Formats: sequence, structure tokens, C-alpha cells
Amino acid sequence: MAGDLLTAEALAAGYGPVPVLHDVDLRVPPGTIAAVIGANGAGKTTLLRTLSGMLRPTAGRILLDGRDLRGTPVEQLVRRGVAHVPEGRGVIGELTVEENLRLGALWRRDRSDAARALDEVYQLFEPLASRRRHLGHQLSGGERQMLALGRALVGRPRLLLLDEPSLGLAPRVVAQTMALLRQLRDDTGLTVLLVEQNVRSALAVADQGIVMSLGRVALAAPAARLRDDADLRHAYLGF
Amino acid sequence: MSATRAATPPTRHAAVDPVRPGRSLPTLVRHLAVATGVALLVLTVSYQLDSFRNYQLATVAAYLCATAGLTVLTGLCGQLSLGHGALMATGAYSLALAQNAFAERGLTAGGWLAVSLVVAVLATVVVGAVVGVAAARLRGPYLAGLTLAVAVVVPALTVTFDGVFNGEQGLAVPVAPAPAALGSYFPHERWQLWVAAAASLICLVLLANLVRSRYGRSFRAVRDDEVAARLAGIHVARTQVVAFVVSAASAGLGGALLAVLAQSVSPGAFGLTLSLFLLMAVVIGGLGRIAGAAWGAILLVALPDLTHSLTNLFTLSPAAAQRLEGNLPLAIFGSTLIAVMIVAPGGVQGLLSRLARAMRARWPVGRS
Repeated sequence: MAGDLLTAEALAAGYGPVPVLHDVDLRVPPGTIAAVIGANGAGKTTLLRTLSGMLRPTAGRILLDGRDLRGTPVEQLVRRGVAHVPEGRGVIGELTVEENLRLGALWRRDRSDAARALDEVYQLFEPLASRRRHLGHQLSGGERQMLALGRALVGRPRLLLLDEPSLGLAPRVVAQTMALLRQLRDDTGLTVLLVEQNVRSALAVADQGIVMSLGRVALAAPAARLRDDADLRHAYLGF
Repeated sequence: MSATRAATPPTRHAAVDPVRPGRSLPTLVRHLAVATGVALLVLTVSYQLDSFRNYQLATVAAYLCATAGLTVLTGLCGQLSLGHGALMATGAYSLALAQNAFAERGLTAGGWLAVSLVVAVLATVVVGAVVGVAAARLRGPYLAGLTLAVAVVVPALTVTFDGVFNGEQGLAVPVAPAPAALGSYFPHERWQLWVAAAASLICLVLLANLVRSRYGRSFRAVRDDEVAARLAGIHVARTQVVAFVVSAASAGLGGALLAVLAQSVSPGAFGLTLSLFLLMAVVIGGLGRIAGAAWGAILLVALPDLTHSLTNLFTLSPAAAQRLEGNLPLAIFGSTLIAVMIVAPGGVQGLLSRLARAMRARWPVGRS
């Protein structure tokens, strides 16, 4: 549909002969947060990996602003504005915080805006600003999460693909992360596709809930409906 | 991912080179200042040392290009190369061919040597690019296998095409004497040291700047985590090819300088042993650090000399002495490598910076 930032049509993907995703359709309008929720093994991470170009789809199309992304390598997608923060964060342990962040902007031609973006990230994540010269592997889990997010943000992405940001983090940090996503959406118009096991906190910030089950989209509905409609919640989320 | 790569440094801190606080001078200025200092030092020292030591120091400068290039490739970008001896051979033979071509046309002035050096570097860049493109698709043992093949094939080519390379005999390298302006009694070895040191310093300044630049950061990112590097928008294969080409260019310059110093090239000097020695040298010196490459280069030159002195201590039959001299450097190199890996996994330079850190912690400067 015209107007959506990200569209997947009849998407299928898998690892070797093992298919994981079947016939996935989804639409994410610009400036919204979509939460992909579902049980372990539902294909959430595989969906993100396929959308970010790390995994080649076996069938179907992925459209960013109406342009087909199939076969575009990861590093090229980053330049098109798709930032993927993987599970386990993808922080480079042997580089300092500052170096990690600047890595995220290496490809950018507009050096002055890259420097501005770096400053903004430091304002957003104050703990990072005080640990600029620390190595990635010296950071705590929460700081790594900030660093991974920050590295994605210095590239000024249009679409942020976020895999399990709550994994292994204290509830307070999770709440801060979610609040930050909402703030980024409201202030900068960032579009977020968020994979989460933590259904409540994800639905609290999301505009759209996409429930996955056994590699298919079982339901895509406004997050408010999933939050408030007890029957729907029982049927699809089990609580 | 990095566990399957050959050259992740053994200690986490060893090869990091974190940007230290309190540095305000621009990187290039700082490196140029250091280079000027070293140049002045070499200049002074070249008048104090005898001819043989000058020649040895020049050889260190030549090896230093190769070891510095290798440490950037293996230590920073994580690509193992067992073929850098062959890349040195490429540089050496290219220089020999260029110098001979110039000499045939009567172009014997000293300035043509600079042109020949550039030709040698360019030729090695081409070979390095070909190997590098193949290497960027390979990991761990496969990469080692490919570069090993290069190490074996290149010297063999010089024998196969003996019309061009003159087989085992090799080629003579005509080199102009020191400029007349320096006086007629100016020792040739001192001039050789000046040439080698100047070329080597230019190479090192360029490498040092590269290491500190965005490329250096990309190299380390690719070494540590290819997936994370890609997600940050880094083209991994391209970065690896760049590292290989840069490293090859340095090795080519090193080989060309060796040819200038020896005034000849032959395949025997660039065998597989040289490739292995180069790798051992950068590991012993401290992988991923240019200062470590300097220790490695010194070791490469000092070791044969040391074994020569050692065998002279004993009265041996000429045959036994010759056998010993051939094998002792390998044995000593090997045992040094084992000892260094146990005592100081970060190599000589890693050990030195650990000592320096301990000293600073004990006696903080500026707060006495």
C-alpha cells in the first residue's frame, strides 16, 4: 500500500532446507512503532534478519518506501536507512564506546551532521558520554544496549529494527528503552519494528501489534486493541 | 566468528591501542614529529656505526616495512598471511627489472631508484589486490592455505620463467653510488641506510595514520565481529581487500629495499621460511602494533648474527658449523616465540606497555 515505510509481501525465509517464515505479510506506516510478539521459535528473529538483509528471503518481497530490497546486502541497507540492532547487541568489544559510535557513521558523507548525531546520542545516553574511552566489552548489559542503539542512531535511520531489547536487562532499563523509542518516534518520526518477548512493555509503546506463530503472522492489529480486548489477548497471547 | 579467525590477539587489551586521553596534537603532526625525530636519530647514528652495522640497520628498515604491513593485516584486520615473503619477492624482482630497464637505457642517475621503488610498490599492489580479493572470501585455515600457496608459487615462478628472472641465479640490481655532493669517501653503507630509512619512515607514517583513521577502525571492527561491522554499514570484503593491498604494498617496498641493499635478487632469499619468519616476528614483537613490528624487524636481522656469534664460540667441524648456522636461527626463533607467548602474550611491545602502565600507576607523572 502506498504510504507505508516498510512492506513485506508473502515473505518466506529459512536456514538451508529448513523453512522458518511462511507467507508473511506486514505493513509498517512511517513514524509508528510495530511490535512483533510471539512465542520462542515463532520466527520473530528470523523475520528481522530477513528484513535487515542478513538472510535472503526464499520468496516474497520486501519494500522500503515502495522500493524492492531483495538482494540488497546489509551494509547497503544501512545506507538506505535501515538500522538493525541484533539480539546480543552487536557491540564491538575491542573498540571504545566512541569508536563504536563513530563506526555507525563511517559511511555517512555529511561529516558535520554525523558529528551532530554523535552529540545527540551522547545527550540521549548520558552514561555513554562519561565512558567514551571505555572498551565495548567493559560495559554493562544496559550500557551495551545503549551503545548498540546509539550506534544505530548516529546513522540517522528511517527504520530501526530492534531485536529483544529487553533481553537480560532490569525492568527499569527496559522501561527507559521503551520510553526512548516513543520519544524518538514522536520527536524525529523514527519508524521502529520491535521484536519482543516482553509483551506488556512492548504493547505499551507500540502502535501496532504483530502476533507471530509458527512462522506466520497470526494477527496484526492496533496495539490498543491487543492491550484492551481481553478475548483477543487470551486467544493470541495467552494471558 | 572471531574464534575461527587466525589472528585475534591473545589478550584483549594487547592490540587495542585505545585512544589515550590528553592528546591534543593532530595525529599526522604527531606522527611526522616522531618520524623527524627518528630520522635525526638515524642520521646521527649512521655516523657513529661502522659500515657493517649501518648495513644491518638498513636491513632492519627494509624488514620493518614488511613487518609493519603484516601486523596491520594480521593484527588489526585479522587476516592471516603466510605469503608475505612472496610479496616481498614481488617487490624485489619488480625493482630489479625496473632498475635493469633504466640502466639499459642509460638512466643510471640515483633519482631513478625512487621511480623503481614506486614501480615495485605498484607491482606488488596489483599482486596483493588479486590475492586480497581471493583472501576476502576465505577464513582461518583456508586463508592460511591460500597464502601458503602464494608463498610457494611466487619463488617457483622465478625459476620457471628464467628468461626474465634468470632462475636460481637471480638478477643483479644496478644501484647508483651515493651522490657526489656527499664527498667521494662517503661510505656506501651509510648511503644505503639513509635510503632505506627514508623509504621505511614514509611507509610507517602512512601506516600509522591509516591505523588511526577510519580505516583502522574498520579493520578492527571487521576483525572482531564481521556481523556487527556489516550492521554498522562497513563493507567487510572491501575492507579486507584494502587491508591486504596496503599490507602488500608495504611488503613490496620492504622487498624492493632488500634488493637495493643486496644489489641482487634471487629466489632463495624469499622462500617459505621468510614468510614464516615475518609472521613469527610480528607475533613476538606484539601483534597489531607498529612498534611491535619494529621489534620483530630488529629480531629478524639480529638473530642470524647472534647464531653466527654463537657457533663461533664453539670449535666445530666446518660441516657441523654450517648445519648449525642454517638451523639454529629457526630453533631460536621458535623457542623465542614459545617463551614470548607464555610470558607476554601481547609480545615485546605488549610487555613494554604493561610495564609502562605499572610504572605510571606507581609513580604518577605530574602529581608528585
